[in-house]
Amino acid sequence: MNRHKTWIRIAHCRDIPLRDGRAVRIGNREIAIFNLGDRFLAIQNRCPHRNGPLADGIVSGATVVCPLHAWKFNLETGAGENAPSRASCVQTFATCIEDGVVLLEFPVVPAEEEFSSGCLEVKSELNSSQSAELIEGV
Amino acid sequence: MQKLVVVGNGMAGVACVEQILRHSPKFHITIFGDETHVNYNRILLSSVLAGEKSVDDIVLNGVDWYEKNGIELRLGVRIVDVDPVAKQVTGDDGSITSYDKLLLATGSIPIIPSIEDVKKDGVFVFRNLDDTRALLERARPGLKAVVIGGGLLGLEAARGLQVQGCDVTVVHLMETLMERQLDPTGGSYLATKMNQMGITVLLGLSTTKVLGNGHVQGVEFRGGGNIPADLVVVAAGIRPNVTLGEKAGLEIKRGIVVNDYMETSNPDIFAVGECVQHRGVCYGLVAPLLEQGKVLAATITGNKGPKYEGSVVASKLKIMGVDVFSAGEINDKIDGSEVIRYEDPSLGVYKKLTLKNNKLTGVILVGETADSHNYMEWLRSQTDLHSMRRQLLFPDSSGDRGLDVAQMSDSETVCGCMGVTKGAIIQAIHKKGVCTLAQLKEHTRASTGCGSCTGLCESLLKAVAPDFQEEAKKTICKCLPFSEDNLREILRSQQLKSVQEVLDIYGNGLGCEVCKPALSYMLDMLWCGDHEEDRSARFINDRVHANIQNDGTFSVVPRIRGGVTSPDELRRIADAAEKYDVRMIKITGSQRIDLLGVKKSDLPKVWADLGMPSGQAYTKGVRMVKTCVGTDFCRFGVQDSTSTGIELERRFENLFTPHKLKMGVVGCPRNCAEATVKDIGLVGQDGSWQVVVGGAAGKSVRKADLLITVETTEQALDAASVFLQYYRENANYLERTYDFVERLGIEKVRKETVYAPENAKQALRERLRKSKLHSRDAWLERDKPKNSTQFVQITPLEEVLV
Repeated sequence: MNRHKTWIRIAHCRDIPLRDGRAVRIGNREIAIFNLGDRFLAIQNRCPHRNGPLADGIVSGATVVCPLHAWKFNLETGAGENAPSRASCVQTFATCIEDGVVLLEFPVVPAEEEFSSGCLEVKSELNSSQSAELIEGV
Repeated sequence: MQKLVVVGNGMAGVACVEQILRHSPKFHITIFGDETHVNYNRILLSSVLAGEKSVDDIVLNGVDWYEKNGIELRLGVRIVDVDPVAKQVTGDDGSITSYDKLLLATGSIPIIPSIEDVKKDGVFVFRNLDDTRALLERARPGLKAVVIGGGLLGLEAARGLQVQGCDVTVVHLMETLMERQLDPTGGSYLATKMNQMGITVLLGLSTTKVLGNGHVQGVEFRGGGNIPADLVVVAAGIRPNVTLGEKAGLEIKRGIVVNDYMETSNPDIFAVGECVQHRGVCYGLVAPLLEQGKVLAATITGNKGPKYEGSVVASKLKIMGVDVFSAGEINDKIDGSEVIRYEDPSLGVYKKLTLKNNKLTGVILVGETADSHNYMEWLRSQTDLHSMRRQLLFPDSSGDRGLDVAQMSDSETVCGCMGVTKGAIIQAIHKKGVCTLAQLKEHTRASTGCGSCTGLCESLLKAVAPDFQEEAKKTICKCLPFSEDNLREILRSQQLKSVQEVLDIYGNGLGCEVCKPALSYMLDMLWCGDHEEDRSARFINDRVHANIQNDGTFSVVPRIRGGVTSPDELRRIADAAEKYDVRMIKITGSQRIDLLGVKKSDLPKVWADLGMPSGQAYTKGVRMVKTCVGTDFCRFGVQDSTSTGIELERRFENLFTPHKLKMGVVGCPRNCAEATVKDIGLVGQDGSWQVVVGGAAGKSVRKADLLITVETTEQALDAASVFLQYYRENANYLERTYDFVERLGIEKVRKETVYAPENAKQALRERLRKSKLHSRDAWLERDKPKNSTQFVQITPLEEVLV
């Protein structure tokens, strides 16, 4: 499998308010980026439960709470903190800051193939249609 | 059954009665109290003044306790005479009560120094709950307050007044603050701390005169100097209240003289607490009173034996951020005494131990009191400290040592105020099945004094009680360990104006989806826009002013006051719905129109096209007023419900409330617009309006209670306003009016709203007016977004090929 990651310039830091999140669309993916004051963290935007937009959630320390049904995810690891199944986690993305701009490390391989890093269980539990929904978002 | 009459309903008297009840129920007990309150914790009055506790928080024995124990409680009656021969006491209400045994627990009275014109309006003492209330009523931001007296009470009063916004100066006769507890060095460390807090301290000044014409305007000192003052508190110490002791012909020196069995010179009269003098000492602190009470209880019930041999006293200044502890002998000039001390002016830390023959005799701690518990134990037990000499000032830097419950011996005291040992607590847990802090308080009284041992008590419960339950305090969430009442007081008194600030100072620094929106509401309600709104602390609906739907899109409900619209508005709604691909247009149950399925990025454009204000259908705020057609068209209508409803909606729209607030106005009792199941309803009758509150027809169904019936429409609108603001200020976040009214009872709500004194009502109206003035149509953010990306989905700064 041809795996290849690249850094993408996303937004000026000032455009993501403190302790708030914003959704960014890259290709057909939606990523949520959060400003934690001393750093930015990024996860997939759609909640694995019912597709809630996580960028719209309330940030509590290094976690975010989905606005639809209050599922909670760790922004560092992607782990679900109150989800019924341990398998319910979200994908995380590395970020860095350069000259006041947030950069995101993004895999540039076909979306179906690159589901990885710490979320293997998810992959195994989801069928292909769910996984497509999860990745594309609405 | 013998009659026991207790004069004094304070901490000493009631604690003694509690002990008596443990011994035997053979007395018929009557307690007289000249205050009109049940027994409360007097040492926490300063916390009430500082807004850290509410009056309810400091109650020690509620009315039910008196009832349960068959005690006759006579509040508001001052005993003015004792006839030791006829064995009778006379009250200031003329009542005469006979006794077999009399217990005097008359406490102490404030010393008023001979200051000219000290009775002027604006001069207060600070001794009881009424004094505290009077001070709270008078204290206002910007007032100049002078506290005469730099002892424990004076300093705590000063801090309380400062918290209330006053500009405070403490004037002290001596050269050292708290000179009865501190040495000059400790006093100067304390003075520095007070100054750093913004309280001016003037030492060595004797106040001779209160200045001003009628109302206080300043105070004058010996030598002629003076300072301005709008309010003066005299806290120059206390002296035993021995008046009744004198009338009873008892032996009196400074206080009523008692022996080691707590007997006075009359075999049928006993005395306890601050009014007594034992072995030449009068105590003004809590712990000795309780120790005395235990002994007295044994004596009076015929179990004479235990002796009171005096107390080791400790005092702690209860000012947040100013840690002062003092215990034992402060005079270090006694022969054979050694002094061990440490000070760091930059840190503001001063510690001094006085030892004699390797035993601790006195402790002074300023700025760092974490080890006070150890020192107190060493003082009490007279531990030989020879082998610990190297670590005396820094017993163990590993932090929690003082709280390590496993290492404590059973005889070690956990609660210094109430004199409760670790052993007593463990016994209560095992024998009485105590498993909550509340039960522990009830059974042992531990942690009901100054409260500084609460942590220790909880650790003990956690470690020992098999079924330990965390206190079911109605805290918002685990991020913030305060009840909402308490929290509102804190925000108000500490002038806290941002969510993060509150979380940093009083919480875990993080907050969560429960407490953040609650704090956002409280700050908005309290400061009315004069604060820093943190959008990130609010739910998404309140960040973008629309209701999030299950697919992440939003619904848009424009304001249609009273449910009355126009062809022009309807056309704009239809056009916007087509232009932005609205998936569904729905007539709501609230006589409004809902556009469902709008993308976040389209929200500002939809609002602009509609040209209508936000209907606030997404928030915990004033939703709408549902109306019937009233006198305009209806042949039964007796009141103009439509225009009244529109006016009601105009007056309250854009305000936030603890939970959503729906209203209804109907023009006759047929109630077509269902006003009696709304949070606030106006029900028109021929010649009058009924104002009803607390109705619901959602998850709960509840018929609203009648608040008041009034003649005019304006009176009805006013009653609604007063109730609305009362609800905004007193309900817990997410508490609907139907729960709120049910919890408080409609009688209390009436008494505190429409039947409140005119000035209280005026204050509610005024605060509502201020809130309304600062509120605005949230949809105006379409032109002036809160931040650059409020409604946008970000596109990367560079093009990406994926």
